[in-house]
Amino acid sequence: MLNNIKGFRNFYTKATAFSLAFIFSAFLSFAHEHGHKSEEANAKDTAHAVAEADTNHATHAAEEAHHGAEHGTEKFDAGKMIMEHVADAHDWHLWGHTSIPLPIIIYSSEKGLDIFSSSKFNHGHDNYNGYRLEHNTVVAVNEDGTVNEELSANLWDISITKNTASLFISLILMLFIFISAAKAYTRNPNTAPKGIQAIIEPIIIFVRDDIAKASIGPKYKKFMPFLLTVFFFIWINNLLGLIPIFPGGANLTGNIAVALSLAVFTFVIILINANKNYWMHVFAMPGVPVWVLFLLTPIEILGVFLRPFVLMVRLFANMTAGHIIALSFFSLIFIFGEMNAAAGYGVSVFSLAFTVFMTCLELLVAFLQAYVFTLLSAIYFGSAIEEHHHAEEHH
Amino acid sequence: MELVKPAFGLIFWMFVSFALILFLLKKFAWKPILEMLDEREKTISDSLNSAQKAKEEMTALRAGNEKLLQEARNERDNLLKEAREAKEMIINEARAKATEASDKILASARENISNEKMAAITELKNYVATLSIEIAEKVLKQELADPNKQKELVQTLLKDTKLN
Repeated sequence: MLNNIKGFRNFYTKATAFSLAFIFSAFLSFAHEHGHKSEEANAKDTAHAVAEADTNHATHAAEEAHHGAEHGTEKFDAGKMIMEHVADAHDWHLWGHTSIPLPIIIYSSEKGLDIFSSSKFNHGHDNYNGYRLEHNTVVAVNEDGTVNEELSANLWDISITKNTASLFISLILMLFIFISAAKAYTRNPNTAPKGIQAIIEPIIIFVRDDIAKASIGPKYKKFMPFLLTVFFFIWINNLLGLIPIFPGGANLTGNIAVALSLAVFTFVIILINANKNYWMHVFAMPGVPVWVLFLLTPIEILGVFLRPFVLMVRLFANMTAGHIIALSFFSLIFIFGEMNAAAGYGVSVFSLAFTVFMTCLELLVAFLQAYVFTLLSAIYFGSAIEEHHHAEEHH
Repeated sequence: MELVKPAFGLIFWMFVSFALILFLLKKFAWKPILEMLDEREKTISDSLNSAQKAKEEMTALRAGNEKLLQEARNERDNLLKEAREAKEMIINEARAKATEASDKILASARENISNEKMAAITELKNYVATLSIEIAEKVLKQELADPNKQKELVQTLLKDTKLN
């Protein structure tokens, strides 16, 4: 039960954070009510709930869910379902109770490196080798089965999660697509593009002419590999995320770790390439009185870090929000279906229509986010290598 | 807040994977593709330029041809004109020569004719004189065959011839 409550609270917070309440207000009012109730309930018995529930609730909830599903009486929990779909996992869920177990790779200073299949955890039911799966996170446990907080904090978990597996799949896909396209280019030089070339060529030219050349200027060539890679990486992974079944379905680009890594790559490239002019605009904006600089320089320094941060948040929030909205429309069917079978069927028509509409919109967003990330990276690169050309402006 | 807490494992794999794919694609995909695109664009613009140049050359060539043709036409006209003049001259010359020759022939013929005529006339005169003498002889012979007539003639002659 507590797991459900947490799921709802999680979902409620996220939904509000993304300011998307207006789109699915009907569903949200539902979640809202439940959220408040559970918060109150939570507040009342925090004292004893936290102590024991925190260690056991995952196991209990999973058992409950398991039994519930077996008897067909499981209460549908939209928040939990959505979070499960949006978040990372240690196995790749296919259908029903079937999922692909993924390898757990974990290093701790005490026990060293451990590699084993996530099926050993039996979906969080079992302990294995002094580890347990809790909230989709591997924690260390003591002999008596309680969580060893100290050791858990020092675990290095580089497991192949669902998102990591999806990352590898997209990696292979990209290598296959672009290397075979490159071969086609070198095999038949100076001919009209065919097949896979014809699909990617307009996009490559779009990235080159409308993003790189337009934003960076004549020195664009140096940044082309990164811009093209990041564009196609985001786009292909966004599209894979829209495929509901294996090998798609992982919310890779909507994962904050992925968005963070991409933003860090952009940030590092900016730092490596930034010239004197760029730093001068950060630390001592030319043509600005000294007393203003006291105000401006901190803002500019903040801006240096804010730019990649905003890149990260934009990609993460857009992709995750898209998944959440589509799943929310889908959840409406089951929420109404629990009230009344007829209501469920009635709502399903509208829900399906909206889900299809949202998925179409997500197709656009998939391209748009890849474009925006690439364009903003290119603009930042352009400003980092911009030459000093308005020195006399302030006189 | 599981969603906004970046997982270390995924960041680790993401850095490794993205660096790897960036390197691999840069080397094996973007470099050849971008080079080929540049090369193709260059080829296309070169082809267009050379086509434009060829077109200009064609125009120039056509103008040259036109000029050559005009010259040839003029020369032909000149040649024709000269030929016509030569023809006229030759004809005129021939005509003049023929006239001259025919005049000469006519003149000599006329001279011959007059010579022959004169000869014929002379012969005729001589013949007529001979004939007259013969006739006169015959007449005299016949007249003086009878001695009486002879006497009578003598008498007549004597009578005419008055002895003075």
